Amino acid sequence: MTMKASNRQVGDVTIVDLSGRITLGEGSVVLRDTVQDLVSKGNTKILLNLENVTYIDSSGIGELVSAFTTVRNKGGELKLLKLTKKVHDLLQITKLYTVFDIKDDEAAAIQAFTK
Amino acid sequence: MAERKAFEIAAHGGFGEDQQHHIAMAVREAAVNAVLHGNAYDPHKKFFVAYEITPQALVITITDQGKGLDEASLPDPLAPENLMKQSGRGIFLIRSFMDEVTIRNLHPGTEITLVKHTGREAANAKEELK
Repeated sequence: MTMKASNRQVGDVTIVDLSGRITLGEGSVVLRDTVQDLVSKGNTKILLNLENVTYIDSSGIGELVSAFTTVRNKGGELKLLKLTKKVHDLLQITKLYTVFDIKDDEAAAIQAFTK
Repeated sequence: MAERKAFEIAAHGGFGEDQQHHIAMAVREAAVNAVLHGNAYDPHKKFFVAYEITPQALVITITDQGKGLDEASLPDPLAPENLMKQSGRGIFLIRSFMDEVTIRNLHPGTEITLVKHTGREAANAKEELK
């Protein structure tokens, strides 16, 4: 299953609904292009909804880190929403769980962005 | 393809769903390393995956034809200075998911052997103690 990304705007927060696999190649490229496109348009409050991400590899983890850094370097914030158990476990193993701001509830996540 | 095969063999070997996922992911990471870092995308070079299942363990060996891997040079992805790096987590994840990992430099080429114990050996030992 290839990865798909679609954007929704709630106030000044852009929610990116991701589905499929974030792996080396297409999945990682879709995520990179999506975040870079948003940042280039000045959207720097980004919430990545990973609820329907079924699989992520080391390349995908690297892409999440890169997206986080890209947004932060522009003075923005990138948060993660609704991790599956597999993604949650991966972020714990790699000690990235404490780096990302991770939320389970969309409304609470939107509220958590700096006003 | 190597990942899918690993999934099938792990399922056939009686591993649970989480273990099947971990084994398949370890094989995927090792295969990606073989193609990217080992063979450096050279279309003339091949990589090989061998699976062996015994009552005690599943043993998977991935071999590439690259210039070899210096294991000592691999950075620790959990070190604070490496935590936010984009790459360098593949071997670490393989080690996290498998029970034993051995990397052998073949001069040229790298062979990585991944072992996952079935748990039956431990179960049999407990049975003998009764």
